[in-house]
Amino acid sequence: MVKSATSLTGNGVRDWLWQRVSAVILAVYTLFILGFIWLTPQLDYVAWFQFFQGIWVKLFTLLAALSLLTHTWVGMWTILTDYVKSTRLRLTFEILVIIALFLYFLVAIAIVWSV
Amino acid sequence: MSEAMRTVKFKIYRFNPEVDIKPSMKDYELTIPDKQDMMLLEAILRIKALDDSLAFRRSCREGVCGSDGMNINGRNGLACVTLLSSLKQPIELRPLPGLPVIRDLVVDMKVFFEQYAKVKPYLINNDPPPAKERLQSPAERKKLDGLYECILCACCSTSCPSFWWNPEKFIGPAGLLQAYRFIADSRDTAKVERLEGLTDPFSVFRCRGVMNCVEVCPKGLNPTRAIGHIRSELLAEGN
Amino acid sequence: MALPTYTFDAIIIGAGGAGMRAALALAESGAQVALVSKVFPTRSHTVSAQGGITCALGNVHPDDWRWHMYDTVKGSDYIGDQDSIEYMCEVGPQVVYELEHMGLPFSRLDNGRIYQRPFGGQSKDFGGDQAARTCAAADRTGHALLHTLYQRNLAEKTNVFSEWFALDLVKAADGQGFAGVIAMNIESGEAVFLHARAIIFATGGAGRIYQSTTNALINTGDGIGMAIRAGLPVQDIEMWQFHPTGIAGAGVLVTEGCRGEGGYLINKNGERFMERYAPHAKDLASRDVVARAMSLELRGGNGYDINGVSCVKLKLDHLGAELINSRLPGIRELSITFAGVDPIREPIPVVPTCHYMMGGIPTNRFGQVINVDAKGKEEVLEGLYAVGECACVSVHGANRLGGNSLLDLVVFGRAAGLDVKEKIRDLPLKSVTEAELDAAMSRLNRWDNTREGESVSQIRFEMQKTMQEDFGVFRTGEHMQQGLDKLLQLQQRLNHAAFTDHSRVFNTSRIEALELDNLMATALATAHAALYRTESRGAHSREDFPKRDDAKWLTHTVYHGEGNRMSTRAVNMKPLHVKPFEPKERVY
Repeated sequence: MVKSATSLTGNGVRDWLWQRVSAVILAVYTLFILGFIWLTPQLDYVAWFQFFQGIWVKLFTLLAALSLLTHTWVGMWTILTDYVKSTRLRLTFEILVIIALFLYFLVAIAIVWSV
Repeated sequence: MSEAMRTVKFKIYRFNPEVDIKPSMKDYELTIPDKQDMMLLEAILRIKALDDSLAFRRSCREGVCGSDGMNINGRNGLACVTLLSSLKQPIELRPLPGLPVIRDLVVDMKVFFEQYAKVKPYLINNDPPPAKERLQSPAERKKLDGLYECILCACCSTSCPSFWWNPEKFIGPAGLLQAYRFIADSRDTAKVERLEGLTDPFSVFRCRGVMNCVEVCPKGLNPTRAIGHIRSELLAEGN
Repeated sequence: MALPTYTFDAIIIGAGGAGMRAALALAESGAQVALVSKVFPTRSHTVSAQGGITCALGNVHPDDWRWHMYDTVKGSDYIGDQDSIEYMCEVGPQVVYELEHMGLPFSRLDNGRIYQRPFGGQSKDFGGDQAARTCAAADRTGHALLHTLYQRNLAEKTNVFSEWFALDLVKAADGQGFAGVIAMNIESGEAVFLHARAIIFATGGAGRIYQSTTNALINTGDGIGMAIRAGLPVQDIEMWQFHPTGIAGAGVLVTEGCRGEGGYLINKNGERFMERYAPHAKDLASRDVVARAMSLELRGGNGYDINGVSCVKLKLDHLGAELINSRLPGIRELSITFAGVDPIREPIPVVPTCHYMMGGIPTNRFGQVINVDAKGKEEVLEGLYAVGECACVSVHGANRLGGNSLLDLVVFGRAAGLDVKEKIRDLPLKSVTEAELDAAMSRLNRWDNTREGESVSQIRFEMQKTMQEDFGVFRTGEHMQQGLDKLLQLQQRLNHAAFTDHSRVFNTSRIEALELDNLMATALATAHAALYRTESRGAHSREDFPKRDDAKWLTHTVYHGEGNRMSTRAVNMKPLHVKPFEPKERVY
């Protein structure tokens, strides 16, 4: 058993599961958006604005953003633990990734709720 | 009657820590009868008769002991079951990748064996044994086929990128194949403990399904499939 | 020169089936044990054993260990020690059940019991119908057994000195027995003194004295060489088994289990010739019988010619793909790789190939080494043991039965381990003198200080060629004498041989040189013993003495290295629980 404090859940099975669940959510969300684009005759600002007025669309979008966060973190953490062997350097990168993801999420909330 | 001869060219990785600062590739030529094919190991033994400073491991010379794993033209394999005629010249021989080199084609396999030992590769069953054998049906026994035949040559683990990056944390295909060999054994009673020991993010889950292990295994075994089974068992156990 | 010294209660030299089983027997004793092996344990030659391990479990038909004993005594051509054979056959089932409990993945019968297959020389009811007595894990029984034993040793945290090469025994200061061995760490090239109360030799065979052998490259008779140099005798060393089915050209073994499963040998006319030589047992006659029959067929011009190699063929294709894939998958793999032949479709080209050394260091049934002096006086050496192929306990006599070698390994490895366990507190740690340590180091020093000379590989090649030509399946006094003269010359040349690379780290040339000393000692012992025994018995088949001569030779031969002297030693005909089996004519 290898200890790992910085992985998403500290448990390989759960990390693996979260990565896959988030992938499924992102896949469905992608289809959802593509469907909207496909089915909307005139794709302009108004159409997008109205689409994002719906509370379910907002919630789904936020869920997708959360999934992206989860997915990216598991992936980035894996890559960093594979390739960056210096603990200090790896922690620095990990913090930068966390900050970036956190900012992205704030921006996502701001955008969705500004509609 | 003089037999027609041909020359086979080799480039072999050489490093002797007592005299070399860094490794180098040395050229060798071997003259053999035109019509004769031979195993690569036989050719290396003949090269050693010409240059006795070349070091490599060998034992059974029939692909069952796992001593002579090496990187042959960029691909891991056993020298004793690789035909010369199957190889492009010059034949490039290097030590197994990803492990420290002791000398020439001899690598330090300590970390590989440590990962093997970590999976507790022995039957655990604390019930008092019966007077005779423990019974096992042919169907139960069949589950061990494709698992127990591993010869610990390390061709798989040293061709695995995940093992290269995390040799101390990722158990690697060889060790995981044996982990599953005991999980799958109907006589073993420690399945739950075995699985619990594998739940961390490195031991099993570093496998990215590259399948180099399957590609190079000289015994035709499939560690990736065994890893998949372990993953399924872990999910089923709800860890 | 002060040698680093490591002290243990017991050291075991060799980590094949016998050495690792001995280590396990000692594991619970609390004793400090070192298991020394020149290769990583699972690279030992036990891994190549295929067909199985014989014992009377009675899983396929009612069976009795006495029937197994009868077959083994008969197979040995009556010079196997009957007390040892009795012990092996009687305790065999228990030892095999232990292996199963350790996790050995035996093949199974439909009722869940261990699968047993017919093997050569096996009978029911003291010479009746063919028996099925050999327990198998497909055709990888040795691999399964060796890995299981290694795994068990991992669990017991045995102290393994992997890739350490034993050089020589060190005599005790008082001249009574031995105090330890000198061993070299192959990786660093440094020698150390391993000081111990008990020493178990489990160094395996020496098939590499021959040019064509099923043996691994590591089978160099290291224990035999060490014993002879230490002044110990070796017994029945003229008895070398030629396995009927080595792949022509490659020498790779094809298990007798193939014939056990229904395969048979054919000559170039497609004739199943064993019907002529052994009408009853046919292809499952004893190995010496089959090997001789094959050699006669080849001599009579009935062989196939494959790239200039004369051979017969082993036919399996009538067995069907399903049986071959489930019972003989490893054979299929080896045959495709080394003969370019898929046995599902075509027969495999085979020739008799050197396979097993029946002789070795004489021991009693506890594995204790027996010293025999010039006058024939016997003495048990307390604290020194030999088990497995390097020992002559003697359960195989003049010819080993298939499936009995794995049994020999685990039965006597275990017996020796248990004996040491019982006596370890009473065995003294013997003191040594600087002079004795120097003596044991002298061989290494000789090699290290010789910078120029003939190459090791050249002398090895000539020795193997001599053994192959003059000490093969059929032997004559004239050829053997020529062979012996050649060997004596080679031995002289070996004293001045050299290797060019004198570096320390993982210097395999240095190891090969040290191994050649052991091979040469074994080859010389073989030659002397083979000339000495003027009869034909078991694997020792002399054209100038074609008959078995019980009046003179119902006895062990003993070779003494000093002066290359030969003597005889009585065969044990006193089993403890059954009546002795008296010598009879041996027909199959």
